Parts: sequence; structure tokens; C-alpha cells
Amino acid sequence: MKKYILKRIVYLFVTLLVIMTATFFLMHSLPGTPFDEDKISSLSPAQQQQIYASYGLDQPVYIQYFKYLGNVFQGDFGTSTLYSGQPVKSILASRIVPSALVGIQAVLVGLAVGLVLGVVAAYKHNTPLDYLTMIVSVLGISVPNFVVAALLQYLFGLKWGLLPVAYWESYASSVLPSLALSFGVVAQIARFVRTEMLTVLQQDYILMAKAKGLSPAKILMRHALRNSMLPVLTILGAITVNVLTGSLAVESIYSVPGIGSLFVDTIKANDYSTILGLTVFYSAFYVVVILIIDVLYCVIDPRIRLAPAKE
Amino acid sequence: MQNMEVTKDLFGPAEADAEEREKISRPTRSGFQDGWIRLKQNKGSVVALAILLVLVALAFAGPAVARYDYYTTDYGAIFQAPGPAHWFGTDKFGRDEWSRVWYGTRISLLIAVVAAGLDLLVGVTYGSVSALLGGRVDAVMQRIVEVLIGIPNLIIVILLMMVMPAGIGTLIIAMSISGWVNMARLVRAEILKLKNQEFVLAARLLGTSNREIIMKHLIPNTVGVIVINTMFTIPSAIFTEAFLSFIGIGLQEPKASLGVLINSGFQVINSHAYLLFVPAVVIVLIMVCFSILGDGLRDAFDPQMRI
Repeated sequence: MKKYILKRIVYLFVTLLVIMTATFFLMHSLPGTPFDEDKISSLSPAQQQQIYASYGLDQPVYIQYFKYLGNVFQGDFGTSTLYSGQPVKSILASRIVPSALVGIQAVLVGLAVGLVLGVVAAYKHNTPLDYLTMIVSVLGISVPNFVVAALLQYLFGLKWGLLPVAYWESYASSVLPSLALSFGVVAQIARFVRTEMLTVLQQDYILMAKAKGLSPAKILMRHALRNSMLPVLTILGAITVNVLTGSLAVESIYSVPGIGSLFVDTIKANDYSTILGLTVFYSAFYVVVILIIDVLYCVIDPRIRLAPAKE
Repeated sequence: MQNMEVTKDLFGPAEADAEEREKISRPTRSGFQDGWIRLKQNKGSVVALAILLVLVALAFAGPAVARYDYYTTDYGAIFQAPGPAHWFGTDKFGRDEWSRVWYGTRISLLIAVVAAGLDLLVGVTYGSVSALLGGRVDAVMQRIVEVLIGIPNLIIVILLMMVMPAGIGTLIIAMSISGWVNMARLVRAEILKLKNQEFVLAARLLGTSNREIIMKHLIPNTVGVIVINTMFTIPSAIFTEAFLSFIGIGLQEPKASLGVLINSGFQVINSHAYLLFVPAVVIVLIMVCFSILGDGLRDAFDPQMRI
């Protein structure tokens, strides 16, 4: 077990290093400078030189690269060029709260609704309720989240005027983006729990519980649900990816001042250091989440504990 | 019934013709025909397949039927509501939305199919080479995969899109660079599983050459996995294209793809929502149908489901 986790952590760092290297060199092969072309060309060459020097852009690329790596390991992601002179770290820190709020809400709502739908669908297998759940889950998996976001904005914001759209003021502003993001999560979880439940309900221990005379509710809650909850852990990785990428479009649509919309804005503005910082942040987050999920899974389910250790 | 007298000469040894005994009384069905029969029994998949075929047909025939092309602007007829002149209305430059939607569908499908094809090519080659060579080569190739699998695809696609000139080719390349890893893993796992199965051992005992085993036994048996995975790659490529174009780093106007159209429809959501709805409905239909068809194919072709 320890060996397995150690191995995974090594991979984690190699992956991050590959990502940082790739992003760094990709960013530096970009056409154009990270500065406003009109403004910078109106300056004298000496002034231009000074600006480049202050961002360390006058040095050869490989020196910039090693400097960057060194800084990242010390937690320093450089300074943004789009938000002039602010350190990337503090921009990230100020953006993280709205993103976290929306993301966590989306996952929680998704989990709750998805679980209920999945359990009901499995319990009422092959009834209209089951089919309805299947339709919802197929739609949720296949409808792109930015389409969902746009439609929700149209209905709730424009048609009915119920909730705020496109500005970030109060808690109410977080409702629609969270809903838009949770749609896919609901679908993934409902579908997964339903399949899992159907398998579990056919197990001998369920029959045993029935034979003992336990009430259906007790069988469902005590025996079936607990055993089908566990595998949900395995799709949490896929759900994280879904919410992370979804946040790029959804945050832009609803003008959430979060990390997703920051990413989109900085990409459009060629802001090297912020893009680098965000890429490293996103990737690190993703890799760590996957690692935690895998380790948790081994810890919680004793049947799996031995498998990775044997490798 | 009449009683029949049983005499000795009525009995005799049943001559078993050696050839007759080996004859297969029903026509043999390949795995594909088997799967196809099963797929046809699945109503959902058949409907999804039919809708997809109609959409593909419209994507190719739609612009030809229309009286306008997708790029000609007409400032005398901007933002026309859907009607007899323009079936889906016109956009902010007076371009015919019907032509644009079907042209965009064609571009989106094209990008997705080519990207999925490249994924397939690279992934299958990488996976099968890794599995067949084994040993140190496999170990190195797998280490590489294990590093790559940790990279969030979309981020790499976005970065590549920024570096390379915007266009269809760039989109396809960017998606394939990050997309093949999954296919490679699936194919490797499948071949490793097959390699150690009895029928391969039997073939080897009968003196079949390595080449023959790969071509006749290993590859046909992995086709199911490959087809199913491709059916899920295509919609995800359609999604990625639309997503990138929507956030503004995919294709750009005046080119049309479903993502571009949804993006420009979204910008006028207040006043001319039909410009959002039409491409949104098309992309949803495509994604839903691919998803249902993919599930149907998995049920039909997955060897583990076979009884």
C-alpha cells in the first residue's frame, strides 16, 4: 500500500513536470508579445527593453524556463501581464472562492439528486419512473454544459426574470451556474448508481435480508445503498474533470469572477505567466484528486486493498 | 396408430458420414453479423442510427437544397425570423441560417470523424505494439502513458489551439494529440487479455504463424472494443470543437461549425433566441443519438455480454 502510494506520488510529479515544461515552451512559441502591441511599439527601444527586463523576458528561453521551475517550486508563479503587475498567486487566491462555491454546490446537488434518481430508478426497474431517469441521464451526459447554461440563462434570467444572470453580487448569482454545472453530474451519478443498484439488488445477501423479514426501506438503505455507494468513488474523477472544464464556459457565460473565466480571459490576452500558473493549478488539482480517489478506494473497500500492492 | 411388427431387419448401424457430421447446418455468422442482429433488436439504437443518418444526409444535402450559401451576407435581410424565405431565419449579417446550420453540422461532423480516426490509428498502433512486444518496450511505453493520462486533455487542446494558427486542421491535430491515450490503453489491455487465452494457444499449437495469429485472431477480437470506443470519441470530439469555438478559441466567423453558431446565437439570446436554439437542438440530437447508439453497440458487441 505504502509502496503504491509512493509510486503514484512519483508519477504525479513527473506528470506535473511534463505539463509545466510543455506549457512553458508552448507559451513561448506563441506569436506576439503579452503586451498591447500598439502601446509597446510607441515606446523607445530602451523603454521596451526595460519592460521586457522587468518581466525577465529578455533572457534566453532556457534560463527563463529553469528560473520558472525554481520559482514554481517555491510557490511563486510570477506576475500577470494582463492584470498589470499583480502576482499570479494573489489573482488565483482572489478568484478561487467563487469557483469553489459554484463547483462544490454543483457536485453536492449533483450527488444528492443523482443518488435519489439512481436509487428510485433501480428500485422501480422497468417502470415509467425508471425510463424517465434514463432519459434525464442520457440528456445530462450528452447535452454540452454550455448549452445547458445558455438555456437556463434564457429561461430563468430573461424569460422569467427569477434569478440574476451575468453579474456576481449575492448568493443568488451562484444558483444558476451551479445548476448548469450540476446537470452533467446528476446524469453521471444517476446512471452509475442505477446500474450498481441493479447488480446489488440481485445479490444473495439482499435475498437473505428479505427472508429475514426486513422492511423494503431498511433493505434499501442498509444493504443496497451502502454497497452501491462505494463504486461511485471511482467516477468522482470523471466528475471532477467534467466540472473543471465545464467551469470555463459556464463561468464565462454567467460572468462568475472565478478561475474558469480567468483562464478564458488570459488565453485571449496572451498572459503567459497567468496561463502557466492556471494550467499548473488545474493539472495539480486534477492529479491530486485522482490520487486521493484511488487511495480512498483502496482504503474503504478491503476487497481491493490487495490488488495494487501486488503490482 | 397401427401396431407395427418389429423385426430384426429394421435395425442396423447408423452410418455416420464423417463429413456429414462436421457440416455446420446453419450458415456461419461472423461476430459482426452477430452484433448487427443484436443491435437491430435494440429499438433505441435503431432510432438513434436513423436520426443520425438523416442528420448526416441533411448536413450534406441541406446547403444544396437551400437557395443561399452559408457565407453570403445580405444587409437588407438581417435577423429575419424563420419563414418561407429563410427556413431557419437569418443572422446578424443576413446570412441564411438554414445553410449555415447544415454547413456547420458538416464541419463539426468532419472534424469529429477525422479526429476520432486519428485517435484510432495512433491509439490502436501504440496499444497493440506495446502489448505485442511486451517486456522493456511495453514498460517504457506504459510509463509514458501513465504520465500522459494524468494530463487534463482540454487544457492541452486549449494550449495547442493558441500556438497553432486557428483552423480546422489545427483543431483536429490538437484533439488527436491528447485523445489517443485512452484508446491505446483499451487496446493494450484487450490484446494482453486475448494473448493468454486458450484459442490463441490452440492456434499456436496448430502451428499458426505469429502474423496470422495477430491478423486472424487478435485484431478481429479487438474490433468490438475499438468500435465502441470510437463511438464515444466522436461525440466527445464534437463537444470539444463546440466548446472551444464557444469560448472563442476554436473556429472563427465566417466559418461555421455548431460551436461557432451556438456562440453567435448566444450573443443575441435576448432578441433572437432562435439563432441559439436551432444549432443547440442539432448538437443535442447528434450527441444524444451517438450516446444511445454507443450504448447499443456496447451491448451488442461486448464479448463479455455474449451468452
